[in-house]
Amino acid sequence: MSTGAKVMALHGGVLVLLFVLQFILPAYHHGNLARIMVLASYAVGYNILFGYTGLLSLGHALFFAAGMYGMGLGIQHLDLSVAPALLAGVLAGAVVSTALALLALRTSGVAFMIVTLMFAQAGYLTVLYFGEFTRGDEGFVIQQAQRVLWGIDLSDPTNRYFAALILFALSLLASLWLVRRPFGKTLVAIRENEERVRMLGYDTYKHKLMAMVISGTISAAAGAAYGLLFGYAGASFASVQYSIFPLLWVLLGGAGTVLGPFVGTLFMFYLIDLSSGITTAYMLIAGVVLVLLTLFAPQGLIGELRNRLWRWLP
Amino acid sequence: MSLLSTRALSKHFGGLQAVEDVTMAVPEGEVRALIGPNGAGKTTLVGMISGRIAPSSGQVHFDGADVTALPAHKRILRGMAYTFQITSVFERLPAGENVALAARRRLKGTQVTDAVAGALDRVGLAHLADHEAGDLSYGHQRLLEIAMGLVQQPRLLILDEPTQGLTDSEITNFKALVRDLAGKTTILLIEHNMSVVMETADQVTVLNFGAVLAEGTPDEIRADRDVQAAYLGTG
Amino acid sequence: MELGPYLILASLEGAVTAAVLALTAVGLSLVFGVMRVVNIAHGEFFMLGAVIAWFIAHSLGGHPAVGFAVALVAAPLIVGAIAVAADMTILKRVDYDPERTIVATIGLLYIIQQLALMTYGPDARPVEAPFNTRIALPWFERGEGGWQMIWPWGLGTTTYKLAVIGAAVAVLLGVWLLMKRTRIGLVMRATQADRDMALAFGIPVERVYAMVFGMGAALAALAAVLIVPIQQAHYLMGADPLLLSFIVVIIGGLGSLPGTVLAAVLIGLSDGIISVFFSPTLAKILATLLVGLVLVFRPEGLAGKRGA
Repeated sequence: MSTGAKVMALHGGVLVLLFVLQFILPAYHHGNLARIMVLASYAVGYNILFGYTGLLSLGHALFFAAGMYGMGLGIQHLDLSVAPALLAGVLAGAVVSTALALLALRTSGVAFMIVTLMFAQAGYLTVLYFGEFTRGDEGFVIQQAQRVLWGIDLSDPTNRYFAALILFALSLLASLWLVRRPFGKTLVAIRENEERVRMLGYDTYKHKLMAMVISGTISAAAGAAYGLLFGYAGASFASVQYSIFPLLWVLLGGAGTVLGPFVGTLFMFYLIDLSSGITTAYMLIAGVVLVLLTLFAPQGLIGELRNRLWRWLP
Repeated sequence: MSLLSTRALSKHFGGLQAVEDVTMAVPEGEVRALIGPNGAGKTTLVGMISGRIAPSSGQVHFDGADVTALPAHKRILRGMAYTFQITSVFERLPAGENVALAARRRLKGTQVTDAVAGALDRVGLAHLADHEAGDLSYGHQRLLEIAMGLVQQPRLLILDEPTQGLTDSEITNFKALVRDLAGKTTILLIEHNMSVVMETADQVTVLNFGAVLAEGTPDEIRADRDVQAAYLGTG
Repeated sequence: MELGPYLILASLEGAVTAAVLALTAVGLSLVFGVMRVVNIAHGEFFMLGAVIAWFIAHSLGGHPAVGFAVALVAAPLIVGAIAVAADMTILKRVDYDPERTIVATIGLLYIIQQLALMTYGPDARPVEAPFNTRIALPWFERGEGGWQMIWPWGLGTTTYKLAVIGAAVAVLLGVWLLMKRTRIGLVMRATQADRDMALAFGIPVERVYAMVFGMGAALAALAAVLIVPIQQAHYLMGADPLLLSFIVVIIGGLGSLPGTVLAAVLIGLSDGIISVFFSPTLAKILATLLVGLVLVFRPEGLAGKRGA
């Protein structure tokens, strides 16, 4: 099999498997998997900037929340129906990520991390400040009647699963398509050695800008979908923790691999799910995993797999 | 008609004058060697020509236009290519992909594949296309740099110490390569190896303490007393 | 209360905030300056200081001054030791790579925070101040019979708060003397200036790093012990000091000690006064935006040139 065929078979196979699991899984895991697929879409978005372009953002919660609140506030206060509300969320993410990119890309390295962290924190505080509309930490529920898209009730578990699968499939395929195109290969080269890419005649600033907007927009789509499918928007989704999560998932699964974000999200979700039965301090697990990863497996699960077995993995 | 010219180009870092008032012109198709002792300002000068370093004063003209204010990537698009002195290939990418990145600036699809194969073949690395660049020997990485420059089919190829670390036979191949390009591509060559300079260059510019000390054919330079005192005598 | 006395009160409270903030931020700045490490877990070292102080004061009993005095010495030492251990087991092993250390210290943040939650619990608990006499302050007002001195209700401070300010000034002077006048300080500054050169001159850079990381954490812990009789110890209390220290260090110029102290005083004082006019949330929004914008447009800090 050619590399291209192997790649298609593997990623197509994962999507087919996820489709089939819908009919097999017990209700509890079925619900979990829908949630994981939405969160993994967020991680896929994050991975485009961090994994492929080499820019470590600590502020992606801003984009996730922009999508969630663009959608949620649209439904709640502007009486939008589902489709325009989703669009509003995605657009909000695109606008916010463009604005932050224009500012943050003037810096690099550690300064970039802190700038993204600070602006995301300002975004989180803004959500709290306008508590009158956002209901702050408490958040607001999106009623079942408001979650009907083209006659399909998205609060129904089966519909919800399919919606999550469609979102995940779209982001996965978009990311796969992107990294196999010259644009994506240039991003990888920027990650490896930006100065050299510039001296080959590429406008690296424009490439990074595009990468950040694409990454932010996918993250916003995931945020909007999360609010819609699970019927809730709250300030905690804008907090630092939700900027750290995608970093954690991507690191665990393998930064700069197409399947890594999903694998990382899946592992971390069940790790926390299982440990929350034992202790309330479940973030301890996240902390330990982060430290162990930086120490022993900076390439992540899929990254190690690529290094050891399947060198053709994108 | 000169393809490249500089006018009163200067650069100082703080109090240190790295390049001072350099005015030179390289005609289309010429192989111009740039020589001088370590710290003479050669890399700073080509850095300003290629746009990596902003000059303190002076101008760079390329292909009839003032490019002094253009960022590096736009100068490259106008037909410059720059190979780094300190090898700066993409270590974790295959050699072929390194060259392809350079080729994709002007080519698409299968044209890229053909151009990459051609460029690798010209420097004798065709058999290593699938190897990660970081795994190649130092000399091979230098040759890969040159292939990345060649594949861009530049009008001006700037080579910063291309033969450093090459074996004798590789240097012989390199000389043949430059002679092959001569007349078609304008080359600005920073070089320490005198046999390469003498055998390939049409004209030689000597830098010393950031300023032009002498300019002429290789034979004239060899005979120049100032150059001997400043450079050849110590080297 | 009228605006005048209110502003005085706000500046007094602000001075206490500034004192504690200066200690915490100097710790962060030291670590960044010498090691080029951005320590996201710095706020958790602060929290650990407060929590350990509570444990010590709680288990010793007796006069509050005894427990407090022991905590003042022991808590920074324990936290410093924990930080040294973290440096040697984690940071050293990722070779102080800037991005990987940030990820690792984020992990450390969660580990420390959640361990505190598991042992200390979710409650906020106070530590009694060793002494705490109220000092009322007068105010002058133009009444019917010309200027007169009045004692507005609520305008005043305590001996303890003044002691906190004094202690912070003394410790900061000590740090400054250590950096400028001692051999250890010289070694630290040499390492900061050029790591490879320091290594070539036989300076044990790894030991210097461990010591600096421990010292930075100990300063944060000391600040927390000083503040815990005024605030309470809580496992989530590290977030605000972390954010504020970041603001201070960035505005003061990364790695510059005098700049950091100046910025701490500025931010501490204005924090008190700004909150008179704005809601605390709005004040925080403005502060975080300010940090972001300073980093984008003036990365060398508002205070001026780079370096100490």
